Amino acid sequence: MSLIDSVSAPRSFRLPRVDGLIQWIVPLAIIAIWQVASVSGFVPVRVLPAPSDVLLAGWKLLLSGELVRNIWVSFWRASIGFLIGGSIGFAFGLANGLSQLSAKLTDTTLQMVRNVPHLALIPLVILWFGIDESAKLFLVALGVFFPIYLNTLHGIRTVDPQLIEMGRIYGMTDGELFRRVIFPGALPSIFVGIRFALGIMWLTLIVAETIAASSGLGYMAMQAREFMLIDVVVLSILIYALLGKLADSASRVLERATLSWHPAFQKR
Amino acid sequence: MQTALRTSLPETELAGRASFAPHARVVREERQAERQVQSSGLPLSIRGLRKSFGSNEVLRGIDLHIPAGQFVAIVGKSGCGKSTLLRLIAGLDNIDAGSISFGHDTQPEDIRVMFQEPRLLPWARVLSNVEVGLGRDRASGDAHARAEKALTEVGLADKRDQWPSVLSGGQKQRVALGRALVSRPRVLAFDEPLGALDALTRISMQRLLERVWRDQGFTAILVTHDVAEAVALADRVLVIDEGRIAHDVTVSAARPRERGSAELASLEGSILSNLLSAEDRT
Repeated sequence: MSLIDSVSAPRSFRLPRVDGLIQWIVPLAIIAIWQVASVSGFVPVRVLPAPSDVLLAGWKLLLSGELVRNIWVSFWRASIGFLIGGSIGFAFGLANGLSQLSAKLTDTTLQMVRNVPHLALIPLVILWFGIDESAKLFLVALGVFFPIYLNTLHGIRTVDPQLIEMGRIYGMTDGELFRRVIFPGALPSIFVGIRFALGIMWLTLIVAETIAASSGLGYMAMQAREFMLIDVVVLSILIYALLGKLADSASRVLERATLSWHPAFQKR
Repeated sequence: MQTALRTSLPETELAGRASFAPHARVVREERQAERQVQSSGLPLSIRGLRKSFGSNEVLRGIDLHIPAGQFVAIVGKSGCGKSTLLRLIAGLDNIDAGSISFGHDTQPEDIRVMFQEPRLLPWARVLSNVEVGLGRDRASGDAHARAEKALTEVGLADKRDQWPSVLSGGQKQRVALGRALVSRPRVLAFDEPLGALDALTRISMQRLLERVWRDQGFTAILVTHDVAEAVALADRVLVIDEGRIAHDVTVSAARPRERGSAELASLEGSILSNLLSAEDRT
């Protein structure tokens, strides 16, 4: 994943305006075909409503304030869960990458827990936390933890040992060595972890909200299903797609800002 | 009177004073200027040096004296222990037996190493990479100025704000040289620093090495597999074979030396035949 990204990144960076349009051609074409198919009656409205109907449903929900409230609730859950799980994963990644003792102590346990699909814990989590906010935050944090942990650990372990030797020769203290050599060296890998984690973050949240919630996008979609409001269901799905894209773009911007030294992110 | 007093003081005491004095930086700068004038390379004495890795005895008793400011080249076939000797001199590995002494108390900044790979931090601009070489002085106010000066010495002042990834192999190696020079080392150890460069870049780098060595007067120890390079640069060529110094050849040709001159070529030929005869014996 990281290789393909780094290969394609410089091109989109060089021609932001043209590329910014090109990437939207396919989604827009799909929507156009979909609209034609719906209006002409080729696809029955009960199976898939026309994009214009979905838009209209969105507009109504927007006016009632329901849409904004649900998006905000989901966004808040996602970010808090991501922050909690991400920081713990990052901390463990650092500790286990830098200290043999810490790695020996915790890595095996973490690898075992990692192989349990975290969504399998939903029944248990509902028993523990009810359908409260903490249940969703717990699941998101758990899902986000592992990609960030694994990639931080991998990044730190694969920092060029020759650079570390160089840092020691030039009298760097442990703190300086971490700040100037180890952390910047691990950063590309940490970003790979963040992008994987963002995907898992949405997935977990939506599943959790669909099963047990009283607000949020997943709840909105489930409510709509109860009342056969298929346009709202489709609307929710489209919003997931947009939010996922947004999270990915945010991490790319961050990546470009901090990895400008990397040949793959350079302008020319 | 003041300067006389200062020069007569041992370095360590001076350094102790510098950290307490209110004009610490001024004192340090003066000390630096002084060093340049005195061209203060350190002499190096090695006695009965041994080193093994597991059951493999790499160095089997090296005795060697290098006078201050001398340019010594160490040649030998691969695996003869020449790089190990250099790493021991630079303090990168521990000594099994014997001793290495520099005559004075040394500071970490006094001895620097340059490797075959440039080992630049890819995420730091060229200037920051040079600043790394300042060691404990990195945080001092004149760090920028000193790094820029070192960068000018290696002819890369215009690349100060570039990332290392855009530089050519030779330019990267020059940045690494600047980083090694910035702390005004008194001993500079080179571990095949030009091994990975193309022929033309090698020659210009050899000239650069010779120039900075003559300007700054540090003691230079160059490990190389290229006998022509050793003969062109060094005052003295040591041939190492099976963990011992097999030959100690003085190169008396006047500087600047003309590459490919008959004198150097015949010297190169005799060293090469020494190396090859050592090869035949094994």
